[in-house]
Amino acid sequence: MTSSRLAAPYGQRIDRSRQLSFEFNGRSMNGHPGDTLASALLANGVRLVGRSFKLHRPRGIYSCGVEEPNALVDLGDGATRTPNMRATQVELYEGLAAASVNCWPSVEFDLGAINSRISALLPAGFYYKTFKWPNWHLFEPAVRRMAGLGRASGECDRDRYEEAAAQAEVLIIGGGLAGLSAAVAAAEAGADTVLLASSQALGGALGWQSDPEIDDLILRARRSGVRQMTRTLAFGIYDHNLVCARETLHSPAAHAPAGGVLRERLWKIRARAVIVAAGSFERPMIFPNNDRPGVMLAGAAEKYAHAFGVACGQRVVIAANSDSAYRVAASMLAAGIDVIALVDRRPQADIGADGVPVRTLMSAGIAKVGGTRAVEECTVISTELDGVRPERLQCDSILSAGGHAPAVHLHSQAGGKLRWLEESSMFVPDGPAPGVWSAGACAGLFSRDAVASHAAELGLALARGLAPPPAAVGGAGRSLAATHVPGLAGKQFVDLQNDVAVGDIGLAAQENYRSVEHLKRYTTTGMGTDQGKTSNVNALVLMGEYTAREPAEVGTTKFRPPFAPVTLGLIAGRRVGALYRPLKILPAQEWHRARGALFEQFGSWVRPSAYPRANETLESAAQREAGAVRRTAGVLDGSPLGKLEIFGPDAAHFLDLMYVGTMSNLIPGQARYGLLLNENGIVVDDGIVARLGPQHYWVNTTSAGVERTAAAFEEWLQCEYTSLRVLVTPVTSRWGNVTVAGPRSWAWLESAGFDPALAPGSMGHMSIQESRLDGLPLRVLRVSFSGELGYEINLPAEHTAALLERLWARADEFSAVPYGIEALEIMRTEKGFIHIGTDTDGTTLPQDIGFARALERKAANFVGRRSLLRPAARDPDRLQLVALSPADGRTLLPVGAQLAAALPPTQTEGHVTSSYWSPELNCPVALGLLARGTQRLGESVRVHHLGKVIDARVVKAPFIDPKGERLHG
Amino acid sequence: MMQIPCIHCGLRDESEFTCGGTSHIARPGLDQSDEIWGAYLFLRDNPKGLHFERWRHTQGCGQWFNLARSTVTHEILSVYGIADLPPP
Repeated sequence: MTSSRLAAPYGQRIDRSRQLSFEFNGRSMNGHPGDTLASALLANGVRLVGRSFKLHRPRGIYSCGVEEPNALVDLGDGATRTPNMRATQVELYEGLAAASVNCWPSVEFDLGAINSRISALLPAGFYYKTFKWPNWHLFEPAVRRMAGLGRASGECDRDRYEEAAAQAEVLIIGGGLAGLSAAVAAAEAGADTVLLASSQALGGALGWQSDPEIDDLILRARRSGVRQMTRTLAFGIYDHNLVCARETLHSPAAHAPAGGVLRERLWKIRARAVIVAAGSFERPMIFPNNDRPGVMLAGAAEKYAHAFGVACGQRVVIAANSDSAYRVAASMLAAGIDVIALVDRRPQADIGADGVPVRTLMSAGIAKVGGTRAVEECTVISTELDGVRPERLQCDSILSAGGHAPAVHLHSQAGGKLRWLEESSMFVPDGPAPGVWSAGACAGLFSRDAVASHAAELGLALARGLAPPPAAVGGAGRSLAATHVPGLAGKQFVDLQNDVAVGDIGLAAQENYRSVEHLKRYTTTGMGTDQGKTSNVNALVLMGEYTAREPAEVGTTKFRPPFAPVTLGLIAGRRVGALYRPLKILPAQEWHRARGALFEQFGSWVRPSAYPRANETLESAAQREAGAVRRTAGVLDGSPLGKLEIFGPDAAHFLDLMYVGTMSNLIPGQARYGLLLNENGIVVDDGIVARLGPQHYWVNTTSAGVERTAAAFEEWLQCEYTSLRVLVTPVTSRWGNVTVAGPRSWAWLESAGFDPALAPGSMGHMSIQESRLDGLPLRVLRVSFSGELGYEINLPAEHTAALLERLWARADEFSAVPYGIEALEIMRTEKGFIHIGTDTDGTTLPQDIGFARALERKAANFVGRRSLLRPAARDPDRLQLVALSPADGRTLLPVGAQLAAALPPTQTEGHVTSSYWSPELNCPVALGLLARGTQRLGESVRVHHLGKVIDARVVKAPFIDPKGERLHG
Repeated sequence: MMQIPCIHCGLRDESEFTCGGTSHIARPGLDQSDEIWGAYLFLRDNPKGLHFERWRHTQGCGQWFNLARSTVTHEILSVYGIADLPPP
């Protein structure tokens, strides 16, 4: 076994007194509390953990953190399965079950690995170039099956996610030496300080071993009131210092309760000042077959030893471009691991090389790696012409120490600029970003004392609102920009997750890609779940070499949130299921339920569509209800109808400016139908406007349009007609609406005790009266959307059910029924009344739906009027509202069916918008939009629907009661 | 998500507001040409930098007001009344 557990004191993070059992690809294994899945797999000697994205090459654990490109697993199963989790960040728990991604039938024997045999045929841009003819979509399914990572569950996630907000004066991202020092300084200076740390324990890189300075800082942080949030990863900085972070609360455990667990919490934290102390990533060395299991970042091997007590190998070679390699060599030796050689790309080391008793080869690189599923040996060559001869070294691991890449992601997201630090070959922040300062390694500071003192100064200054000191960058020592040896044979990977090799970058340069953004898209380097955390700097250094530019000139791709992948569940939060779009419930919902209502969603309201009796369908119930309203009476809950009250000395003038019709000449008690347009002249809403007093109007809008209409009224009042004295008050939910219709509707109301002043003889059609019923204030409109005698009784919403019940108690006497939306739709179509948004669309002007004369009658300006004067608005070929009837008198015209003279493909002349079977006429009735429709009364049209043709005729609307006599009961 | 200083309520999250686009656009009368009306409806400058725009504190006081914002940095340079002239 090449990787294995080390004896204590190695393993600061794990609790060896307890065992946890888990499963990987169906194999049972054990680990300890404190392990990550990656450390536990290494402790069990598992080296091959996955297959690469494109070439299906065998891959092992490469890092110890968020940057992991290889070790992706699907965690859990069924509804709890979460794809593409980094094994390096999954905390081990009892019963954990993980599986490798992108391999079939198994990670050991993967049929897709054929791709790696033909990899020479799969360079960058291969798909773009190859699968063009005759059509990419022919190849797409097969290519998509071959490529890809984990699989989404496909089941509904039963776990819960939530969102929380917080504020801070100073927010620190990172719980290492820099973050802790800054937090302690800020909090001790009295600032409200929040500290976010992505791992379960504070201390960062120094927390792997016990460190007295860290212990002291943690104690001081607690005493000074720093609000510490561990397992909380800041993944984005947005405008005006809004930091979003993911708090991990619960693993997708196998034995979770049926109702799920609260898995993650999204924090939205607004901070006056942000200090990013996110550390750095290790930059890997590039050499042939540098992707073999057993090749690993050197710092990761060190962390596995100290924190998790895991030796990543027994015989290691270290490939170096940085002084940090010498520290790792010393650590490995101390842990009893053989360091076969330290192969340094540089001619000399700067610091820390002395006193490490390992064989050191300077100006040297790895030219070859032996072994397919794991490293078995490597060949070392000199990079100088007169150097030593190539040499083969037996080893089971190669540790890669190519230098450092500060984690400048959040700094860049916040708009911060970068500069290239030549001696250490790294991008560092070029001054702070607006409101965001960097501290520690992510600021380019690598010497321990400088990190602590700079971070503390920063925390203190920001707590006091003073100008913070600049970071004194340095301390990382010298690294070469180039981490590879040119001219070697074999695949040398730059981006492990996306299988991008040195040759692919070269090909992109050869094909004249220059922008680093284009390089990224063409080669896919820096894409995927790791977003190139270990590959970006190497890729752009190479791009610079191929195009004779400095890395600073090549630049970096734009850093965008999220810093690390987040689940969709986290973003959705609690806005799922019934809370995805909360629905509005009628005040009298229970009354309707008791009457057998069939509820449906209409816009944001849940309303009865009909009240089917035994053996009735929705359609047959609606036919019965509409018939009953026409013969006797019915009651509809119209409470969702939009209701606005308009007050003020200029209310009348204001409504004239808003409506197509004139509202100022209504006398109190009168009501009028009105159309609302937008500035483009398009019909956007309609409804009854009634005048209650000289300075007081009652305005009904459509149920769906009331918020929009109220907002539009406000905008016109506040922004354009600023001198008008008008108050707009939305009152939809305050007033219930009980609509009673049918020839016996007044008799029914009268028997229920309504004021005789409301009788049809004394109250005219299109009028409003304020009335009372047993002391309850009512606003009663005599209007009709059904064409029958009708009353809309508005009353305080909480009394709606009581009024319905009061009427219901006398319903039998009048053969009255409750009716739903479906019956209402039948009746308004019989009458040729439009439904905005159904019989109109985003092109409909008032003259298209029969309002040409109303426009002629009104001289004054109103919203949208100027648009009605455009040539296009006066085009005689416009779609206009018509009534349609099938020639055979029997066939329903399907809604949406196209009107055209010839068979398709041909130009459409319009379409059917509303269509019902009329119980009154015992035949279909329909409305539609038809080109030149108003000129075509009596003409035949052909209705096309899914290959069928129905002959129909343009007829006169309305279908029933053309003289409107039924309105009077 | 920006923080917007409502002239009535103070600093609040952008999610409480509705943006109404460019401010200080005069509404042409009925007698103006189709070109002028079309420009009023559809043509807007897309400046890099200073932009005067109107916002409504929809989830708060409900009032419209103007603000001057940098479209590059999202810095809000000033807020002022809906009927006021833009700051110099």
